Amino acid sequence: MRLNLRIWRQAGPASAGRLVDYTADDVSPDMSFLEMLDVVNEGLVKTGQEAIAFDSDCREGICGMCSLVVNGVPHGPDRGTTVCQLHMRRFRDGDTITVEPWRARAFPVVKDLVVDRSAFDRVIAAGGFISVNVGGAPDGNTILIPKEIAETAMDSAACIGCGACVAACKNASAHLFMSAKISQLALLPQGKPERHSRVTAMIAQADAEGFGSCSNEGECEAVCPKEIPISNIARMTREYVRARFSSR
Amino acid sequence: MKLDARIPAGPIDRKWDRHKFEMKLVNPANKRKFTIIVVGTGLAGASAAASLGELGYNVLSFCIQDSPRRAHSIAAQGGINAAKNYQNDGDSVYRLFYDTVKGGDYRSREANVYRLAQLSVNIIDQCVAQGVPFAREYGGLLDNRSFGGAQVSRTFYARGQTGQQLLLGAYSSLMRQVQTRAVRLFARREMLDLVLVDGKARGIVCRNLITGEIERYAGDAVILATGGYGTVYYLSTNAVNSNVTASWRAHKRGALFANPCFTQIHPTCIPVSGEHQSKLTLMSESLRNDGRVWVPKRKGDTRSPEQIPEEERDYYLERKYPSFGNLVPRDVASRNAKQMADDGRGVGDSGLAVYLDFKDAIARLGPEVIKEKYGNLFHMYKKITDEDPYKVPMRIYPAIHYTMGGLWVDYNLMSTVPGLHVLGEANFSDHGANRLGASALMQGLADGYFVIPYTIGDYVASTPLPKVTTDHEAFREAASCAQSQITRLLSIKGRRGIREIHRELGRIMWDDVGMARNEASLRRALEAIPKLRDEFWHNVSVPGTPDNLNQSLEYAGRVGDYLEFAELLAFDALHRRESCGGHFREESQTPDGEALRDDRNFSYVAAWQFTGVGREPVLHKERLEFEEVHPTQRSYK
Repeated sequence: MRLNLRIWRQAGPASAGRLVDYTADDVSPDMSFLEMLDVVNEGLVKTGQEAIAFDSDCREGICGMCSLVVNGVPHGPDRGTTVCQLHMRRFRDGDTITVEPWRARAFPVVKDLVVDRSAFDRVIAAGGFISVNVGGAPDGNTILIPKEIAETAMDSAACIGCGACVAACKNASAHLFMSAKISQLALLPQGKPERHSRVTAMIAQADAEGFGSCSNEGECEAVCPKEIPISNIARMTREYVRARFSSR
Repeated sequence: MKLDARIPAGPIDRKWDRHKFEMKLVNPANKRKFTIIVVGTGLAGASAAASLGELGYNVLSFCIQDSPRRAHSIAAQGGINAAKNYQNDGDSVYRLFYDTVKGGDYRSREANVYRLAQLSVNIIDQCVAQGVPFAREYGGLLDNRSFGGAQVSRTFYARGQTGQQLLLGAYSSLMRQVQTRAVRLFARREMLDLVLVDGKARGIVCRNLITGEIERYAGDAVILATGGYGTVYYLSTNAVNSNVTASWRAHKRGALFANPCFTQIHPTCIPVSGEHQSKLTLMSESLRNDGRVWVPKRKGDTRSPEQIPEEERDYYLERKYPSFGNLVPRDVASRNAKQMADDGRGVGDSGLAVYLDFKDAIARLGPEVIKEKYGNLFHMYKKITDEDPYKVPMRIYPAIHYTMGGLWVDYNLMSTVPGLHVLGEANFSDHGANRLGASALMQGLADGYFVIPYTIGDYVASTPLPKVTTDHEAFREAASCAQSQITRLLSIKGRRGIREIHRELGRIMWDDVGMARNEASLRRALEAIPKLRDEFWHNVSVPGTPDNLNQSLEYAGRVGDYLEFAELLAFDALHRRESCGGHFREESQTPDGEALRDDRNFSYVAAWQFTGVGREPVLHKERLEFEEVHPTQRSYK
């Protein structure tokens, strides 16, 4: 296949960016989207031109590092799929594909398609944990957790922290990301002692980072590569209300 | 140099307790006066940094990714072993210890492995307390499964994402310490050198991957938890940014590198689809419980699988190993697949694959049961290959998955450089020549949560550590060394792509230092590697500038190190004229083609000392004593 690419190039955080046209020849349908970009980059590097910067690591859909908007959709057209697992057989010969970085105020562009997502780390640092030091944990089986609860907590815990939810949201809200962690820990008995302080601190931090709020469009759920359900946001809201009305 | 593993005296089950009592402690008020540098934030690094922060040390934590949560431990699927014996099926600390020593083909250190088995039970408790959502039974107790051919059910798991959940647990503990300011986090930093002052590890030099700045950090001890070196083969199941640079540069500063030739090849990966391939994807080996492995009997048979009648198929594992059949260990399954491909009976376009067929299992159990057991794996396979394994057999082929070798460490996890400690996959200690399934996660967390918090205290309490700052001459020298390598890479301006050279290195390694090795192939590799290294340093093209994000420059640095390290790996494989675990020397096999160990001559850890690029390294031997588990020949017939 031969594809026309329009790729966002931006030299640095302060520079203006623009879409630059490239052609990808001999694209095999078995390539992943990132392997197609590797081949384009290999051509650029061999001729002494700067490679297109983009993030990726595990390339099997679990590390959450890859972060491309393909034809306007974070992670591209396949549901429940990170862009590293998107394959070129999804496209046709002669297609034009536009590739852009995540766009959100809290995720500034570092270079080309690479953005800074450290805001997510700071949101987790604000409260996305259970305060237990190493050493004092009781035997694992002294805490009984019904299978159903463990499974629901695991559904939320599956979040890979890629930020597609933020990129898809017109408000650049981090609600799906935050609510996945808050749900996981609020559902489990181990997380209950800190449930109020956790939700309060994480939401305050997200506000401080410049993430927007939620207006229930559901774009986040639609693009989430792990298909984290929006019901997590409802649970987070309940947790928040509960925290506000509980005695301090 | 005399290698002293510093194994405590006494019976094996008392060594660690006794050692914990004998080690020096640091007064709680004094801990914050010590700065500990931790490089890497996978299971070992994140758990170490978090635990040391909790104890009150001043911790500096570094990772190459944009967030510590992305380290490659996240991709581990299967589970984590622990000798809890929750299933009442006869497990014990001693049995886990025994299985691990035997599984490692008697090339690991008994005392370390025993401690690992002891600590395994604490890991589960700690992770549960952190909120790791392990699989549960209906009554609310933790669920276990049997994994990798183990005869007891001791594997704890969180669906097929155990590594992810354990890492996120460690990451949340780490971020909690970042919030308290006990840990300072430095993301997107790549360690480029280890700094020694008066012979002790006192700091690191790294490149800020965003600004390009060469930065210096001083401390009282350095911990490397930077993972394995599987990507020396180019294609592997490792993440594309995994690399040997931190370990290799520490090696060049004096840390011995142990058993680099012990590499693990996983038998069930999705085969290579073309030249463009950037990594390989693992399919859990649980598939071999129900899938039957076969190839056509006739060479060069290009018919599609459904056109090949039953009597023209060779179910070679069932034929050769009637008692274990399709469930033979990883190394045996992998080697046999390669033999079939070498014999011209491989399948698929490349001929580098064998079938894993579920037809009989689907007929016996029905598609619903198969879907319940393997649905997510079948889905992943279809996603990548566009073939439906419910209808046509899967094509699988072995791939590099884990590296048992690593920097040599003593019982305290300290390398031969005082103050430099090495944890997790980056060290060599616990898996011998072959790692058992669900043991990597166990080792990473044991090292980080439960070993290093004690041994680092002993080190800083018993070592004179005068204050060192980053304007010390040693820092200046290391920084200028890192800087000049960057300048050199950018000034070559050749015609070869970095990836192209890495791919070529991978081909040399896979063909000649891969699943089966012999003297001729290893000598061939030892000739080819220096030539390719020379080609790299004269003709590679590294575009861009040093003063901003430059992924080509990062990659070139890593490939440059692999071109040196590969030679050591091949050299170690050449010197070890025996077969053991993942290291199969064709000259050393039983009459029926199985791996043959040579305990008389090779029952030792080979720890190599760097003497210069392209120069023969010096071998130091740590003899292995087996007091508890007596070496026997493995047999799966």
